Amino acid sequence: MPNFFLDNDDILFLFDHFDLGELARVQERGFADAQAGIDYAPVDEADAADNYRRVLEIVGDVAGNTIAPRAEQIDDEGNTLNEDGTVTLHPLVADNLRSLAQADLMGFTLPRKYGGLNCPNLVYTMAIEMVSRADGSLMNIFGLQGIAETINAFADDAIKDEYLPRFARGEVTGAMVLTEPDAGSDLQAIRLRAIEDEDGRWYLRGVKRFITNGCGEVLLTLARSEPDISDGRGLSLFVSDRSPRVRVRHLEHKLGIHGSPTCELVYDDLPAKLIGQRQRGLITYVMALMNGARVGIAAQSLGIAEAAYRLARTYANSRKQFGGPIERLPAVAEMVTDMKIQLEAARALTYETSRICDLENNNMLVLELQGGVGAPPASKEELKQRKDLARTLKRLNGMLTPMAKYYASEMCNRVADTTIQVLGGSGYMRDYPAERYLRDARITNIYEGTSQLQVVAAVRGVCSGAFERRMAEFEELQYTDPLLAELKAKLIAGREEVLKAIAYVKSQGTDYLDLSGRKLVDAAAAVYIGHLFLQQAAAARVPFAMPGCGTGVQPMLGSDRLAALRARKARVARRFINAEMPRVRLNCEVIATGDRTPLEEYALLAGPVPPKD
Amino acid sequence: MPYHSIVCIKQVPDTANVTAEAMKADGTVNRAALPAIFNPDDLRALEIALTVRDRHGGTVTALTMGPPMAAAALRECLYRGADRAILLTDRRAAASDTLATSYILSQAIKTIGNYDFVFCGRQAIDGDTAQVGPQCAEKLGIPQVTYLEQLVELRDRTARIRRNVGNGWELVEVRLPVLVTVLDTAAEPRPPAARRVMKYKRARVRAELEAAVKAESEAAAGGKPLPADQLDAEVERRAERLRCAGLMMEQWNLDDIRADLAWCGLSGSPTKVHRVQAIVLTKSGYTEIPATEEGVRRLIRELVVDHTLG
Repeated sequence: MPNFFLDNDDILFLFDHFDLGELARVQERGFADAQAGIDYAPVDEADAADNYRRVLEIVGDVAGNTIAPRAEQIDDEGNTLNEDGTVTLHPLVADNLRSLAQADLMGFTLPRKYGGLNCPNLVYTMAIEMVSRADGSLMNIFGLQGIAETINAFADDAIKDEYLPRFARGEVTGAMVLTEPDAGSDLQAIRLRAIEDEDGRWYLRGVKRFITNGCGEVLLTLARSEPDISDGRGLSLFVSDRSPRVRVRHLEHKLGIHGSPTCELVYDDLPAKLIGQRQRGLITYVMALMNGARVGIAAQSLGIAEAAYRLARTYANSRKQFGGPIERLPAVAEMVTDMKIQLEAARALTYETSRICDLENNNMLVLELQGGVGAPPASKEELKQRKDLARTLKRLNGMLTPMAKYYASEMCNRVADTTIQVLGGSGYMRDYPAERYLRDARITNIYEGTSQLQVVAAVRGVCSGAFERRMAEFEELQYTDPLLAELKAKLIAGREEVLKAIAYVKSQGTDYLDLSGRKLVDAAAAVYIGHLFLQQAAAARVPFAMPGCGTGVQPMLGSDRLAALRARKARVARRFINAEMPRVRLNCEVIATGDRTPLEEYALLAGPVPPKD
Repeated sequence: MPYHSIVCIKQVPDTANVTAEAMKADGTVNRAALPAIFNPDDLRALEIALTVRDRHGGTVTALTMGPPMAAAALRECLYRGADRAILLTDRRAAASDTLATSYILSQAIKTIGNYDFVFCGRQAIDGDTAQVGPQCAEKLGIPQVTYLEQLVELRDRTARIRRNVGNGWELVEVRLPVLVTVLDTAAEPRPPAARRVMKYKRARVRAELEAAVKAESEAAAGGKPLPADQLDAEVERRAERLRCAGLMMEQWNLDDIRADLAWCGLSGSPTKVHRVQAIVLTKSGYTEIPATEEGVRRLIRELVVDHTLG
């Protein structure tokens, strides 16, 4: 009876460390739902945190006992494309979705008035991680709840009332339909046309490619509504129901995530409704949607890596060579410890990002509600404080979201790869799920924006002051434990190196910034995560600087267990910081060389283009 | 047409995860060392009842007999979709064997009344008798179908049920009302529904309120309990609040179901446990079987001679 929540010490530990009671008051807006008589709404912070814990226990149960045992067969058999342009999901995928719907998990973050659970993003991130540990491919449907969130955030009430309860009941799943054959990373090039008739009804015509769950019942499509505007400002976002007017022409054969149907769609005047305002499709709505989706992929990466790490840890312990378990061999011991620490590092960064997202979203909502009917009057000072906070959080998130997606997905690939290495020949065979984990991992640093694009976005934040300001906040925390104090000094030295490298890069122009992006982001992420580890070890946090925040609740773990886990985190921090700070210096040193030969001598260094056969 | 189902469930010690402390020195079960869980077969019985209700309408009532802590199993039923939950608890019912238990349960079922189905798990993992369901049917004077694997069809007052008979199956047709015992292969139990968990986690039976109020008052008064009438008043205040919110689970005793006390508890239980023997399996050695034709042939021969096979 494995429960993927209760058997994971690190998630349990972080659940307590981040103290969801504190977040709950903001998320629940003074517990208004309970006062309005919604019978499953929490009445106070402790009640809300208890609900989050119970929901995660359900997710852990369904993931461990229902979804995980089915993953191998789903990977083997995949989904089926029918002749009429519809897709039949693998029966076990359908069963998984039914279980998730029965457990009320398909409206995870939606407001209760639509039947949702109104959970914070942080809790949803933990849930996505657990589902992905069970089956990386199922996350692609479970983790698409951002579609409903986008409708909730930007569509009018009629559309919300029509669609959101169906999402929350798990009756429908959605697809975010963006990519086209000639518009992948560059979404501004989208051509699929949205045509309005005289009565103001919209129809969609064109082709979309690589659409995850494109066979879903609700399609959120980015289309060109302004044929005369050729860039992103000519695009609007539309919602449609599945119909015979949209056909799946092709189901992709992929390296991994076989349970997730990836579709090529042909739109033949599919009726659609406009979401929000024209022309804001890409620049506002899809950008928001993709930010949430990126945190989702970071969580998916954590889940796949967790599954891989556990396999490697177990194998290294049970496989005997040279008269003992292979984990006694230094090379294997290092692989296993490093993968565990990298996993925890990525988790620390991803959960931190989710927490900041929750703060930003809730703060924005309060600001937007100021003019609304029945909105609570706020003092001028509070308004100003909130507006300042909105700017700070937006900048911080602008750095953290791509950084977490980049860091976690790259970590996932390394960990899945190392798992095969630990298992050796057995890992390469299909007898173990190690090869499935690596195949599933490989997409995480490609979709929702490749690692290279995440770096482009993250490095702007690193260089524009968000990193520096956050480090100043972190460095204010004082540690009495001598080990932690010593490690903090190393992080301060690391931060200084990074700031020097930033100053140098800034003097060298944009192309050098992009060339140095990965190195800068790696260095900044290592320093950032080092601080997060110290905070976890010392039970210290930078408190919410947000009006109306809760005061926190009793931890779920017993004090002895919590103390043991904190003591362990101090050791994790030591290993991480001692291994990573030399790499920070290395990256900064390479940056300081000013070497731009990959640009200047591209043809020479890359060699000639191979002749066509 | 809607169907009304009663599901008999039991909270049992988790005998599947037995540790060394599971048995006391005298050979009886050490309940403190074993976590209490929902009897697995009963979870399938609940699932079949919920499926009938989801398809045809009607209600599902969960019924359990046990100590107040069994209320936790009733909450599990509410989490999964049961409409009503009843705890039958009475010290006079303690030490009931299967005969007394089925008498008490059948009295409770009669008291609930107006039912089309009584679903029970095939057997409980603590006693493993598989007798309570069939005995209830006998006392209720209704037909019984044991070992349900699938409810094939339900039309008007007739159910067609496939029952697993070990090395095959039978398709039987039966008139309602009927008592059905359900196998663990019959259905994958649904998970608890998050919204119902958030709501019904506060559901209580009266005995739980009494225990909580007593413990709180003792803690507050430094070990000195409040007078009984004050305790009662506080329990009633909390009960009323829960009733208003639909969160008060019913609690019955033997008087509520008009049980003849001679048939309950120790006096109603002809089964006497003669002796409990602790059997500790020890292994004296092991044989390595080579993965060859010959090795496998030798293994099969040994198992046949041993009567393990065939």
